[in-house]
Amino acid sequence: MRVASLFKIALAVLFAASASHAAEAGDPEKGKIVYSKCKGCHQIGEGAVDRIGPHLNAVFGRRAAAHDGFAYSKSMQRAGVDGLIWTAKTLDAYIENPRALVSKTRMSFRGMDDPEDRANLLAYLRAFSDDPSNLPEAEPTARGTDHDLDPEILALQGDPDYGEYLSSECVTCHQADGSAEGIPSITQWPEEDFVVAMHAYKRKLRPHPVMQMMAGRLNDEEIAALAAFFKDLQ
Amino acid sequence: MTLNRRIFMGTGAAAMASLSAPSVLAEGHDKPSVVVVGGGAGGATVARYLAKDSKGEIDVTLIEPSRTYFTCFFSNLYLGGFKEMDDLGHTYGTLAAKYGINVIHDWAVEVDRGGKTVTLAGGAKLPYDKLVLSPGIDFVDGAVEGWSVESQNAMPHAYKGGSQTELLKAQIAAMPEGGTFAMVAPPNPYRCPPGPYERVSMVAHTLKETNPSAKIIIADPKDKFSKQSLFQEGWGKHYAGMVDWIGSDFGGGNVSVDPVAMTVTIDGEETKVDACNVIPAMKAGRIAELAGVTEGNWAPVNAADMSTKADADVYVLGDAANQGDMPKSGFSANSQAKVCANAVRGALTGSKVFPAKFSNTCWSLIDTDDGVKVGATYEATEEKIAKVDGFISATGEDSATRKATYEESEGWYAGITADMFG
Repeated sequence: MRVASLFKIALAVLFAASASHAAEAGDPEKGKIVYSKCKGCHQIGEGAVDRIGPHLNAVFGRRAAAHDGFAYSKSMQRAGVDGLIWTAKTLDAYIENPRALVSKTRMSFRGMDDPEDRANLLAYLRAFSDDPSNLPEAEPTARGTDHDLDPEILALQGDPDYGEYLSSECVTCHQADGSAEGIPSITQWPEEDFVVAMHAYKRKLRPHPVMQMMAGRLNDEEIAALAAFFKDLQ
Repeated sequence: MTLNRRIFMGTGAAAMASLSAPSVLAEGHDKPSVVVVGGGAGGATVARYLAKDSKGEIDVTLIEPSRTYFTCFFSNLYLGGFKEMDDLGHTYGTLAAKYGINVIHDWAVEVDRGGKTVTLAGGAKLPYDKLVLSPGIDFVDGAVEGWSVESQNAMPHAYKGGSQTELLKAQIAAMPEGGTFAMVAPPNPYRCPPGPYERVSMVAHTLKETNPSAKIIIADPKDKFSKQSLFQEGWGKHYAGMVDWIGSDFGGGNVSVDPVAMTVTIDGEETKVDACNVIPAMKAGRIAELAGVTEGNWAPVNAADMSTKADADVYVLGDAANQGDMPKSGFSANSQAKVCANAVRGALTGSKVFPAKFSNTCWSLIDTDDGVKVGATYEATEEKIAKVDGFISATGEDSATRKATYEESEGWYAGITADMFG
């Protein structure tokens, strides 16, 4: 019980912190500088074409993997089919930690921790999508993030025995031997990836309705327990 | 394979001893024993989890008459030509060899709850500490006027996997050009709520390819059905003009059949039909009734562990249980089995019992690559298994989503059958 209430305090602190930068809109000029990290692979602006990554014109409002002619990873295609739409919120989550949102994305970018850098970058990217002025003022760029997972959640040591019991609900669809046929494998993931992905479903950042529902009723300890169990499942 | 010696002790001294001893454990058996009746989604799963998780601490016996079990789920896809019957068949070899489950292919014909034994058709009497019944469904006598189980060759129910499904498929194939396929749909509650309507979709798919002027009539005692808007949208899109659903508002519940003349009379109007699928009202599989744990057509159970209201040592899983909000489905039975296994193991070995969590998802195929789904999560309350949260596919979804949903259902089939049979 004490651990649980400590958690509540930690979460409250976290949300308070998020709220403080949530109000800050991104600066597209600063975002242009941040974009230098992206431009090795992604072109943007007039005449931009696909290179290592797809060009990023008109990315806002587009479904994931919907840009014709680019060879997306299976994971990205699945995310698109599941209904992932690129918005300020989902792009922000993706840029923060690409694999948290799309497990096996081909984008080999480790992620961007600083919420201000991300907000600036998104403000820059936003200018190359459909006229931002058609959308509610500041909506595409002004939102801060509320999805950075509390390090305490990531640090939770899951109980693999509890995880084994809980896992029985997962393996009705996700095969315990790791084979993937129409439904992806969830065995032998690094624990952190597993936890971050499940919380992304819980917060409805990841789009799949079944997974949003299943993750939605798992608490932090249960997600940690599942991560602890599945990481070693052969 | 280790045929349990206990099977052969039913008529000997051991049986006498167990009559006088208060419990099987007390008479000196080294291990607690669980007998599971029925090797489907509930029974195979509970047997496997008990054996796997107890690591040999519990003797698990599984009674199932069929050597090869044909799943009822996905059998509609066989009718639609998307699966072969062989794709739906599963055997019990892994459960016996890898998990040490004592698999007996026989019928359970009697349960003595006082003496805690199950009698098999072959005469053996099996003692149990805990008994899990997962017998699926039987049909209510006289539910459809003119139909009885004796008529099932002329008008198959095809609502248990295997030969009945094959028979129905053959009858559809033999329909004359422009012929009529009739379905008598069941009243609630019944196994697999979207099943009859997925079946109509699959029959329509077959007829569209082989006999496009044929017609399908559904006489339904209900005024609405599972995933109705999704199915009706799909029928309009893929099978325009072929399917005529007659709900209770239009007399669909006032139906009789004549399996000899091959006629169906709906609200006084007689129609000659060329194939007819009668899915009567259902009740718990017979052994639940014989065990005396049913009330009305089903066996009331406690949501926390699936034990029956009638007897704390007898559990009922899946279609046969009256548990609350979960639909009668293979997915539900499998989900309930895991909760039950955890509770039974805890009761017999003192292992930790975790809180019950249940879930269900039902996928249906409407046409090639046009899959839809409905699902929910559930929790145990004092009163029943209660729904927590749910979702359903939307009408008007794009084809990529529908295709992915179908592919997901195939993944689920591989997953659940691996979870059942090892």
